[in-house]
Amino acid sequence: MAAQPSSDFVRMRLAEVLRDTILKLNPWSMMRNPVMLVVEIGTAITLWLTIVAPAGPDRAYDLLVTVILLFTVLFATFAESYAEARGRAQAAFLRKSRASARARVLKPDGSWEWRDGSELTQGTRIRIEAGDVVASDGVVLEGVGSMDESAITGESAPVIKGPGDSVTGGTVLLSDVLVVEITADPGSTFLDRMIALVEGAARQKTPNEIALTALLAVLTLIFVLVVVTLAPFARYYGPHAVSITTLVALLVCLIPTTIGGLLSAIGIAGMNRVAQINVVAKSGRAVEAAGDIDTLILDKTGTITIGNRMATEFLPVPGVSAEAVAEAALWASVADTTPEGRSVVELAQKVLGLTEVPAPTGEPVPFTAQTRMSGIDLADGRKIRKGAVSAILRVVEQPPPELEQMAEAVAREGGTPLAVAVDSQALGVIRLKDIVKPGLKERFQEFRAMGIRTVMATGDNRITAEVIAREAGVDEVVAEVDPEGKLALIQREQAEGRLVAMTGDGTNDAPALAQADVGLAMNSGTMAAKEAGNMLDLESNPTKLLDVIEVGKQLLITRGALTTFSIANDVAKYFAIIPAMFASVPLLHGLEALNIMHLKTPHGAILSALIFNALIIPALIPFAIRGVRYRPESADRMLLRNILNWGVVGVIVPFVGIWAIDHVLGLFGLA
Amino acid sequence: MLRIVKRAVIVSAFLWVMVAWGFTFLLLGLAQLLFPFQANGSVVQFHGHPVASAHVGQNFATSLRYFWGRPSATVSPTTGKPDPYDALNSGPSNLGPTNAALLQQIQAAVARYLATTPGLRVHEIPISLVESSGSGLDPDITLQSALIQIPRVAKYTGISPHVLRRLVYQAARGPELGLFGVERVNVVQLNVSLAKLLRHS
Amino acid sequence: MSISTVATWAVVIGGLLICAKPLGLYLYRVFTFQPTILDRPLKPVEDLIFRAIHVSRESSMSAVEYGVSFMLTNLVWAVMAYVLLRTQGLWPFNPEHFGNLSAGLSFNTAASFVTNTNWQAYSGENTMSYFSQFAVLQFLQFVTPASGAAAGVAFVRAMAGRPLGNFFVDLTVFTTRVLLPLSVIFGLFFVAQGVPDTLLGYLHLHTLTGATQTVPRGPMAGWEAIEHLGQNGGGFTGANSANPLENPTALTNIAQSLAMGLVPVAFFYMFGRFTGRTRLAWTLMGVAGTLFLAMLAMIYFPEAAGNPIVNHLGLLGHANMEGKDLRFGLGGTAIFETSTMAFSTGSVVAAQDSFLPIPGLAFFLGMFLNMVFGATGVGLLNMVMFVILTIFLMGLMVGRTPEFLGKKIEAREVSLTAIAFLLHPLLILVGGAIAVSTSAGLAGVFNPGPHGLSEILYAFSSAAANNGSAMAGLNAALPFYEIAIGLVAIIGRYASIMVMLLVGESLLKKKAVPQTSGTMRTDTPLFGGILLGSIMILNALTFFPVMALGPLAEHYLLLAHHLFS
Repeated sequence: MAAQPSSDFVRMRLAEVLRDTILKLNPWSMMRNPVMLVVEIGTAITLWLTIVAPAGPDRAYDLLVTVILLFTVLFATFAESYAEARGRAQAAFLRKSRASARARVLKPDGSWEWRDGSELTQGTRIRIEAGDVVASDGVVLEGVGSMDESAITGESAPVIKGPGDSVTGGTVLLSDVLVVEITADPGSTFLDRMIALVEGAARQKTPNEIALTALLAVLTLIFVLVVVTLAPFARYYGPHAVSITTLVALLVCLIPTTIGGLLSAIGIAGMNRVAQINVVAKSGRAVEAAGDIDTLILDKTGTITIGNRMATEFLPVPGVSAEAVAEAALWASVADTTPEGRSVVELAQKVLGLTEVPAPTGEPVPFTAQTRMSGIDLADGRKIRKGAVSAILRVVEQPPPELEQMAEAVAREGGTPLAVAVDSQALGVIRLKDIVKPGLKERFQEFRAMGIRTVMATGDNRITAEVIAREAGVDEVVAEVDPEGKLALIQREQAEGRLVAMTGDGTNDAPALAQADVGLAMNSGTMAAKEAGNMLDLESNPTKLLDVIEVGKQLLITRGALTTFSIANDVAKYFAIIPAMFASVPLLHGLEALNIMHLKTPHGAILSALIFNALIIPALIPFAIRGVRYRPESADRMLLRNILNWGVVGVIVPFVGIWAIDHVLGLFGLA
Repeated sequence: MLRIVKRAVIVSAFLWVMVAWGFTFLLLGLAQLLFPFQANGSVVQFHGHPVASAHVGQNFATSLRYFWGRPSATVSPTTGKPDPYDALNSGPSNLGPTNAALLQQIQAAVARYLATTPGLRVHEIPISLVESSGSGLDPDITLQSALIQIPRVAKYTGISPHVLRRLVYQAARGPELGLFGVERVNVVQLNVSLAKLLRHS
Repeated sequence: MSISTVATWAVVIGGLLICAKPLGLYLYRVFTFQPTILDRPLKPVEDLIFRAIHVSRESSMSAVEYGVSFMLTNLVWAVMAYVLLRTQGLWPFNPEHFGNLSAGLSFNTAASFVTNTNWQAYSGENTMSYFSQFAVLQFLQFVTPASGAAAGVAFVRAMAGRPLGNFFVDLTVFTTRVLLPLSVIFGLFFVAQGVPDTLLGYLHLHTLTGATQTVPRGPMAGWEAIEHLGQNGGGFTGANSANPLENPTALTNIAQSLAMGLVPVAFFYMFGRFTGRTRLAWTLMGVAGTLFLAMLAMIYFPEAAGNPIVNHLGLLGHANMEGKDLRFGLGGTAIFETSTMAFSTGSVVAAQDSFLPIPGLAFFLGMFLNMVFGATGVGLLNMVMFVILTIFLMGLMVGRTPEFLGKKIEAREVSLTAIAFLLHPLLILVGGAIAVSTSAGLAGVFNPGPHGLSEILYAFSSAAANNGSAMAGLNAALPFYEIAIGLVAIIGRYASIMVMLLVGESLLKKKAVPQTSGTMRTDTPLFGGILLGSIMILNALTFFPVMALGPLAEHYLLLAHHLFS
């Protein structure tokens, strides 16, 4: 959309981000994040020690530790504020589209009056005239008009809306007059939901996030335990074996501050990424569930295939050349503006080698349900027709026997035959075919590698369905399925323990959308469908489901990767801090052998570890916001790659980082 | 709750009869039937009198005439005083590797060997002979540990080193099944054969 | 490394490997109540027991019911043991006329034997009557491992999607079908090798040097068998398996090392058979086996290189033989010590206190992990605990909610598992910290310097892991340790088992998710490696500081030839 925040939004909102960064230091709000709460408490302790300590090098050290700890907390609150600000930037953009929304509310007597958009409730009827911004979500009751939905979908082509169609708040009516019944209460329109979601107001922790927070809390508790008990253990070597400031520093280095500081930013950014692909998720849970999907149930038409059939071949009857068929088909279709007609013209152009489409020189004969054919009566008197084979057979004399055989063959191969006739002579057959969307087959392959099964469910007959299924490379095809059948299909998959995702737009899809674990409704669909699904695609592109799944997976991977990285980091910190913290105890000088980074002074070593620990948070913000690199592949390959990228690298990086920081500190005489 | 306790008591009673009594007496019966010698402590007789259990070392270091076993750190359970090879209170010295007492103890043992054994040099004394055992009842020493004691035993018993050497080699036992454990000399059995020799002469 | 060492290790490790599958399948048959060869003599007896308590083999309990039955039954045993020890003088089979035990020692002994810790603040040969040995302590050495195995099998059943089963049934069949027959076989072998088995009183000897020696005897051989088969580790005598009466030859040493591991290793295989994932079982065995070999190396090689301070004296040889008996060879000593720490047995064949610091570190490793196969059932619980933590930490990286055996691991399981993980360091670190901060705790320390700190840490680690061995210089007969060690052993045993049973039940109630290529596979070498890595990192992060102050500090001081007095 639309809601891509501009690159310089941070500059615009810098003050806001910084204000939030500070406000989030409030310990009360910090309760949500036990890891950072511990850092904050640690900061308070070292600050107090700094204040009460006598002046001297130890006090300077206490002060430095306090400052670094403070920055550690600030980096974490900054990450969250930054992610939220990005969300707000998107939200502001969305809000603009509905800023001035007023509505003409119809009274029972048929007259109307202006009311503020915020007063519209479910069931209110409003009148929308050309140029009005639609004030809320609703269903068209009367009238047909063209609608500019670019504010929501980014798609500039106008959309025709008629009775039964739904309209979305924030879109603009370009022509005609509509009577619309409002279907959403104030604050709960799709736009509102989306705004709330990207702003984080409606953000609740997702199941995996709760589990991870619990685990991080216990890990933090363990490290508190380790450090608190370390004091009496160290006293075994003498009453002043270890300083409290150093113990706090060790604690902060050990607890998973990296993931603790970035966890909520990751969650917020994940929701934003969903919004960026113009999908409204009703909850974060739905996005996370998308990552877990085992089975994708996809419609054929519009989802797997581009919505319309296309002409792919001209089949002449014996004695007629392909060019003759092409020419006849061309003439029969020049006046046909349907996509199918266009595709016949394009194919004919290709076959005949024409660069331009000739202007129709005759009287077009439009398609009717009675004749089931269309064509043109040319100025030279030729009557050219194309249409259903049975319809053409009725008008031609002595139909060639091959015609029917050819038509059957086309149907058998999953295509739709159209017969072409000039005057009363049948020339041949046009093969119309469903075309699989480009790139889809490869994507299905990727999904298969990730363990996601694709099932094509279509109302089409088995032959057509299977041909397309083969071409698209779906794993299973269910043909001649009605909406109830789709519901049963979902229930069957779920009974086997699978999580199912599907798209839908019709009212009769609603039960299935509600049943599915991820139900992506199309914005162009009916209100019932939109209400039933737990996600809504504003661009009404069913293929979007695939993107949603990838966002869901990337969200989980980012969390896992940063958690692994955070814990792997600790190894190096021990090697920096343990030898340093006991350097003043003569009996423990031997532990200097653990100082494999050859850090110069004890205080320098501790400060270096602490600074590294703080800096790694902002360094990883881009990963938290964008998500870590994601490539569809099998779980085992993905695991191996991520373990190397985040686990192994996570062990190595801090060794290098702490060593480097120690050298920099050395330049300033601090190490 | 009460129902569970009741079940626990009943099951425990059955199992107690089975494993505390049934198993113990089954094995006692089989052991006494099949391996009466071992089952009753592998008693070593010397002229009709029980003088040792073949597996339990004894404190020969009180006499210069016998081969000595490894230092034993056992304490008397009644007096609480050091009492080497007190089989009623088996146990090690528990001295840690950096404990000065460990080194002192080793040095004292070395000194005693050097003082009592003519011609003995430090580098000939196996570490195991001067470090105390885990049970305090180790009946064994290495072959080398026995061999270096020959000059002393010869000096105080008057038996020729040649004979003693033969005695040691006779008492030496290779690894179990030729493969497991180490070659060693059972000091108890070596001294019993030495005592037989002394009694003869 | 001598040929003897290689041969000894090959027999123990090879024996465990070879027996894993057949014994694992046998365990599976026992716990699924299929016919086995011992049906004819044992089934009527079992039927009698089950009729008496009105349960059938197929009946099942909830996790809470199972856990409560487990704990109450243990309580019954604890009360029984306490009373019988307190009144020892009243009972028969007491040829040496030992008197009643004190209240503190009775509590400590009852708590430590009931929790399968078998920590001993006494020496059996001068404290316990034969009755106390076989009718109280040996009885507990049968039934407490059986109750641990029962908890383990309940958890395994839950993992396999089956009802948990009935505690009393599992307790009974494991005792009768597994421990009893194996104990008879091993017991007879031990007698043949020279372990006494008699009701005759102690042997009073007049030695060649004119002194007297009293050699303890008693019903020892059966004790030795069950002590090791059940990973109990309570010695009949003070020196435990170092005592030549308990462990007379290199062959009994091998047999005891093997006996400790037989059932725990087979239990892993049984887990694979129950869940239908033997590859997973082998993966977990591979992880535990790798740690086992690492511990073996950490124990053997430094000991073979010896104590640098002693070696400086210029004596013959260089291995550290302080606290070790000769007959097992260093290789035999190392494999026994590795087994006892890995399988959480706690019997010892040498003085833990006199080992060098790096082997000491290996002992700690075994107790901290408590899943290098561990004790029967319980070790598997701990292993699965780490598997769940690893799956959750790493599993997110494949972009799916982590799952194990087809069940999603969510907040409840993660929280419970994390608490189970937390318990162990909590008990060790807090217990140790209290001991080093109080004069009562410090009073027990025997060795000076960092080694003394290790002694304290060892005591609490041993209790928390229900291992039971000790750096025995520490005076554990002080009231502080009698009570603290007893309490830590109790919490360490029941809290973690209870929590893991709840995890099992929670997973059981979930709908199984089919495995796809998007599922993180847990039966691959890759996962084994990751599991190993995360086990090492999680434990290193928790225990590295105290290890730095204990064994590591001592190691560097030893290299610097620093002595303490």
